[in-house]
Amino acid sequence: MGSIQQIIFMVLSVIALASALGVVLSKNPVTSVLCLIVTFFAIAGHYVMMNAQFLAVVHIIVYAGAIMVLFLYVLMLMNLNAELEPQKRNWLKYAGAISGGALLVVLVAALRDASMPAMSTANNDIGLVHNLGMVLFRQYVVPFEVSSILFLSAMIGAVVIGRKED
Amino acid sequence: MTLLSIDWFFLIEKLLLISVVLVLSLVVAMYATWGERKVAAWIQDRLGPNRAGPAGLLQPLADGGKLFFKEEIIPTNSNRFLFILGPSIAMVVACMTSAVIPWGDTLTIAGREISLQVADVNIGILYIFAVVSMGVYGIMLGGWASNNKYSLLASVRAASQIISYELPMGLALIALLMLTGTLSLKEIVEQQRHGLWNICYQPLGFFIFLVCAFAECNRAPFDLPEAENELNGGYHLEYSSMKLGFFLFAEYINMFISSALMATMYFGGYAFPWMDKLGLSPNMVTILGFVALFIKTLLFIFFFMWVRWTVPRFRYDQLMRLGWRVLIPLALVNMLGTGAVELFKHH
Repeated sequence: MGSIQQIIFMVLSVIALASALGVVLSKNPVTSVLCLIVTFFAIAGHYVMMNAQFLAVVHIIVYAGAIMVLFLYVLMLMNLNAELEPQKRNWLKYAGAISGGALLVVLVAALRDASMPAMSTANNDIGLVHNLGMVLFRQYVVPFEVSSILFLSAMIGAVVIGRKED
Repeated sequence: MTLLSIDWFFLIEKLLLISVVLVLSLVVAMYATWGERKVAAWIQDRLGPNRAGPAGLLQPLADGGKLFFKEEIIPTNSNRFLFILGPSIAMVVACMTSAVIPWGDTLTIAGREISLQVADVNIGILYIFAVVSMGVYGIMLGGWASNNKYSLLASVRAASQIISYELPMGLALIALLMLTGTLSLKEIVEQQRHGLWNICYQPLGFFIFLVCAFAECNRAPFDLPEAENELNGGYHLEYSSMKLGFFLFAEYINMFISSALMATMYFGGYAFPWMDKLGLSPNMVTILGFVALFIKTLLFIFFFMWVRWTVPRFRYDQLMRLGWRVLIPLALVNMLGTGAVELFKHH
């Protein structure tokens, strides 16, 4: 670990945290989406630092390139004029804060006992395409196929719901 | 000479290479605007620009100067930050793709081997795909931030068009990946150097990629986000001065990069026939290879222009039908066929 890696790690982490805060704190939904895109880029940067280039680029293609475009697409067609929109009730805000806090407690409890494997230099090529493909299609081929069937059924479900009644 | 454990010569070499590639793309894009007018004039039996300089060669400079000195207008009710961000993203994203294209083999200068590729990452094709999918943000944000209904319609169109055509493009690339077994553009070119060009194995894949490249660059016949006669110019309707220039310029850079990409992936890149049998020094072969890639790229740019001035614009429903009902099934068939052939070859 040279010092240059640490500097890059710090910069990326600061960008990721700042933009993630921006997602939550920004009043304008479009700014939130843009902040989220910046967060995804910072996380992709972390993947590259861990030598997982494939993961990084797929992360950008799927999240920043496709899902966020659709988010933005929906937001652009919405009425973003805050005065005309009905205000949310107060109890909804409290319920959100309480359930979010509960989730945080659960996550902290789960992470506290988790064994964090230290970065080993022996097999840090696992994120490269070749190794990833080997693992994915040999060791984990059944979960992989099951999840693809799940995606297919979700797609068909979306088409059925979205289809106009004729 | 190591500080912070960086090889500074390496850094300087890469910085120089990046600057050269950037300047090259900008100059090519600049003269592509001139070329576009000349080709249009030639197809329509006119003369084209011929006043500024010999054969109108200074016309791009005159246009650029005009755009720089025009009054800059930002609409009152628009989101100022996003309005400026739109063309900036379009321009930056257009310039980013050139990083993974191998512009030539290695040059040997004073004992140092210098690769004419900025970054030989082992995920080159996916990188390009990621950058292309970023390109839509420039148009979407610019169109939305203009606070104009035509611009908004254009951004909606751009988003759905680009997402729809990314799918067949990706499927066509998967077939190419199966064939070559690598994601690195440099290796793809090296394979073609010692064998047949990929176009011989993947004619259908190339055709699908070509059509999608037209759609991703917003070039006619798929320039629906601009559509000057129904949307008044679409996403750049409210833009003036150099911000408009950036949008227009990004289109030409995209055209240049996608031409270079098609030449690299399907037409041998910097490889040309008998390049290893000429008996020239390696440096000479590298330079000739660069010239070969450049000629191939210019031919593709000409093809882009030729199509623009020949084929009329598609209707929006036709565009969507072509993407989802024709190109995606074709690309799937191509992918399955390639996969079957590869499986058969390996057993």
